[in-house]
Amino acid sequence: MHELSIISSVVDSVIESLEAYPGARVLEVRLRLGALAAVVEDSLQFCYEIATRETQLEGSRLVISIVPVTVHCAACGKDGVLENLQSFRCPHCDEPTGDVRGGREMDIEAIEIEDAKETTTP
Amino acid sequence: MTTRIVELRQGILKKNDELARELRSRFTAAGVLVLNLVSSPGTGKTAFLERTLRDLRVSGARVAALVGDLETDNDARRLAASGAPVRQINTHGICHLEAEMVSRHLADWEGVELGGLDYLFIENVGNLVCPSSYDLGERVRVALLSVTEGEDKPLKYPTLFNSADAAVITKMDIAEAVGFDRATALSNIRQIRPGIRIFETSAKTGTGMDDWLAYLAEARGAD
Repeated sequence: MHELSIISSVVDSVIESLEAYPGARVLEVRLRLGALAAVVEDSLQFCYEIATRETQLEGSRLVISIVPVTVHCAACGKDGVLENLQSFRCPHCDEPTGDVRGGREMDIEAIEIEDAKETTTP
Repeated sequence: MTTRIVELRQGILKKNDELARELRSRFTAAGVLVLNLVSSPGTGKTAFLERTLRDLRVSGARVAALVGDLETDNDARRLAASGAPVRQINTHGICHLEAEMVSRHLADWEGVELGGLDYLFIENVGNLVCPSSYDLGERVRVALLSVTEGEDKPLKYPTLFNSADAAVITKMDIAEAVGFDRATALSNIRQIRPGIRIFETSAKTGTGMDDWLAYLAEARGAD
């Protein structure tokens, strides 16, 4: 259960990036997680709610997209997407391959923010 | 009210990854081979490491170990019996080690200088999931599996086994008694990590230690 540590890093990074947008409120945080990233989505969502309390992220949505595992096969030279993580074999020619080219990502892709209300001077 | 999308495109564990990279270049510059040992609780990491430290010391190598646990310094005391400098890292509830913990414990480790070491072992917290996300700056990640754990463990925890550079099977001395299916275990490990080096060992009898020590020397020489 390291999801709370991970989400805390997300919240810290987002708050840091908000320094450029004073007063802004966060509506959505988008993550890209590889299928090999070893994190559980439900658990992230649960921790997100706790970790965002009383921050500029409170009440925002956490949107997670999962990146499938891509391997490169030295035998046939192609890249392919693994259908399951129990067998690291080339989906084209069935040769075993450990050359993982994608699927370990753990990135904050973007945030959606609402700018501070403009103050109008009379 | 205007809303907008701000692209961040940054690693969630950016801070850990940056620090791990920094550690890795320090380790390389100092000529010390750093290994990160990961397994479930009870696999026998500590017994295996104790034996490794002893055997390496006998061969004249300069070794040290950092050992992670949630609480207690029991493992550090056990390992210290090998005569090597050992330091405990207590994570107080955190289920894995992070680069910052390694860095901090190296910084004020009295009597231990990276430049004076050939090998530094980092025994991670017993856990097959969380440690796989955290780079500690190691050059070799070792996944350990004991003969009592079930041959399908690599299939259940592909993330960890896939990220390992070497696999060690422990407690081979009781393999027969517990009905360990060696062929299936080896095939499952290779299924998840084709081409990985696998060592079948017993810390008790010393089985497989020669191969393991030869691998260490080879990995260190490859710097």
